[in-house]
Amino acid sequence: MTSFTFLHVEYLLQAAVWTVVLSLVAFVFGGVAGFVIALWRVSPNKTLRAIASWYIQIVQGIPLLVILFVAYFGLAIAGFKLSPLVAAGISFAVYCAAFLGEIWRGCIEAVPKTQWEASECLGFNRFEQLQKVILPQAFKIAIPPTVGFMVQIVKNTSLASVIGFVDLSRAGQIINNSTFQPFTVFGCVALIYFCLCYPLSALSKHFERKLNVSNR
Amino acid sequence: MHYTFDFMSVFVNWPRLLEGAWLTVQLSALSIVLGFVVGTLCAIAFKSKSWLLQAVVKTYVEIIRNTPLLVQVFLVYFGLASIGLKLSAETAAVIALTVNVGAYTAEIMRAGINSIHPGQIEAAECLGMSKFHVYWHVVLLPAVERVYPSLTSQFILLMLASSITSQISAEELTATANLVQSETFRSFEVYVVIAVAYLALSFLFRAAFWLVGKTAFVRKRKLGTNL
Repeated sequence: MTSFTFLHVEYLLQAAVWTVVLSLVAFVFGGVAGFVIALWRVSPNKTLRAIASWYIQIVQGIPLLVILFVAYFGLAIAGFKLSPLVAAGISFAVYCAAFLGEIWRGCIEAVPKTQWEASECLGFNRFEQLQKVILPQAFKIAIPPTVGFMVQIVKNTSLASVIGFVDLSRAGQIINNSTFQPFTVFGCVALIYFCLCYPLSALSKHFERKLNVSNR
Repeated sequence: MHYTFDFMSVFVNWPRLLEGAWLTVQLSALSIVLGFVVGTLCAIAFKSKSWLLQAVVKTYVEIIRNTPLLVQVFLVYFGLASIGLKLSAETAAVIALTVNVGAYTAEIMRAGINSIHPGQIEAAECLGMSKFHVYWHVVLLPAVERVYPSLTSQFILLMLASSITSQISAEELTATANLVQSETFRSFEVYVVIAVAYLALSFLFRAAFWLVGKTAFVRKRKLGTNL
């Protein structure tokens, strides 16, 4: 039995880098897919709206843990031998796309309907309407909830540990197995997560306040 | 690639999976009720005049909201065991889930209480209602009614998050699936089945919350309008 030393803290910090990497992968890919989903949700095409809505309903009704398992084992069956990072990245992208899609749909719908009508009167087609009038306004509304959701992503990457991805939580478990000091080890892990998440939470709150001021 | 799907070997285990699902429902329901009480008390403490109480609640909410549930579950289960408090996995799960959802509920309920117009409270005081009556009838109940949609989606997220307690081997749905998986080696099939089971559970919970809302909010039922 070894005791908890600074070497362990260093190991945790290294693992924290992987937590950040996975969070970024999830946010980038989930963001792109989520953007498409959000646009489909407000599309005039009934089929696209239905697909996006079903996608959101289904993904939001399944625990992330189960999505991870299905992706990890399912892709293996399909013949891809994937590293845990890729499997986790795919699952998180699927998960984030649903939530970001729903958040951003709300932001697009929060833009007053008259803006659509006015831009139509100016002879814009749908693409121009979105690009020049609606999305720039929706973007401003979207910043606080999006930053808030990034906190959720960082926290949820802890689940990738179950498919063997050595992130911060997994590193904590590994160290705890050799030191048997759960309070110190997981306290340390929690502290690192807090240091990653709290600035994001504070930023989200800050943006929210700023947005409220400009809307008043 | 040649892979034959075999869902039968999963379905023969249905009594166990059903038992797991039932434990998921129990764990979630208990944590939701307890977490709601904790969260509401914290939201009331938020509004108190004591800065110490406010600071304590604020720290609690921020810590819980900025750390992963998985780590909280480990801290409760392994941490408490290391100082001699040996809890069963289910008890540890309920404690961790309650503490977790309590923090989120506190934040939601605070928003609800803040949304009550001060004029309402003044009006109630003018009617000679006691402090308790004012708080109960004019502040808390309308606050719950206003934030009810946010509360229910938070609670459904909690039900889904209860799958995390499988990591400390609380024998709920995901843990049962892990067991079945290790016996049958039909991992993909098992997890697809429980994914559908969780979907069904979340619809069930949503329906239950809708019913609770219908019975609890009499005013809305009678007038058909939102507060």
